[in-house]
Amino acid sequence: MSWAEFFSMDGRGFYVWGSFGAFLICIVIEIVLVRLRIDSAQKTVRDSLGSPESIGAGKVAR
Amino acid sequence: MSLFKYSAPSSFYPIAGKLVPWFSTLAFIAAVIGLYLGLFVAPEDFQQGEVYRIIFIHVPAAWMGMFIYLVMAGYAVLALVYQTRLSAMMMEALAPTGMMFTALALWTGALWGKPTWGTYWVWDARMTSTLILLFLYIGYMALVNAMDDKKRADKAGALLVLVGSINVPIIYFSVKWWNTLHQGASVSLTQGNKMAATMLACMLVMALACWMYSIAVALCRVRAIILERELHAAWVKDIREVQT
Repeated sequence: MSWAEFFSMDGRGFYVWGSFGAFLICIVIEIVLVRLRIDSAQKTVRDSLGSPESIGAGKVAR
Repeated sequence: MSLFKYSAPSSFYPIAGKLVPWFSTLAFIAAVIGLYLGLFVAPEDFQQGEVYRIIFIHVPAAWMGMFIYLVMAGYAVLALVYQTRLSAMMMEALAPTGMMFTALALWTGALWGKPTWGTYWVWDARMTSTLILLFLYIGYMALVNAMDDKKRADKAGALLVLVGSINVPIIYFSVKWWNTLHQGASVSLTQGNKMAATMLACMLVMALACWMYSIAVALCRVRAIILERELHAAWVKDIREVQT
């Protein structure tokens, strides 16, 4: 089976890759959002401690 | 009691942090194996051809959507009966992931329905009840975020999730109770499975990947929620991540 055949999926590539692609995109977005959320939560804690070296250490809010 | 010891956010936070890499790694390995089996090894379906491969993400997504909701309902009981703070936090951590999987089940189902049934959507019992599940997730998240008083928000959220959990068996049995366009269960506890061994193995590996992923991402999110909610607790100041 060639790669072209593989990607065409019997001519139903739109449906198959539309499904797998959406899945991948959702997971990537979720991982990024969770990462940003935990960074921002840690930054909030750090800022509330008032340590000067912590300023600007975290990333932007969720 | 040991179980309750870990239900304190202060002791759960570091444990969750240690578990995340393990579950992420397992999720990644299972996903690689599952995708390899699903896209390269599993044979073409004799009726549907290649497009049936959507099943390898559609079914795990639908399972996760239902299962995460049931886990949330379990935490809802704990939150209402024992008023443990962590239970409410876990519910909040699981909801977005459950919502995502439910949305993906609907999306992949629509993309699978078009070439096989000739339509993206019908108001059949299974699809409609799955759509209701999506709305329950959205409703829970909106409700919890709309209230400033976190205690009240948790209680209201737990109640909503608990009442809504009646929808999960409805989704599961919908293909039996009603005449649906959606096919019956591919894997059933009573009748065994109706799939070829490779296809079944692949679907289970993909389901495992989704499981591990969900645990990893929920543990990660609950850590953020713990910090957000316990901002002024003394123990928070001592954790390693906030020390610079």
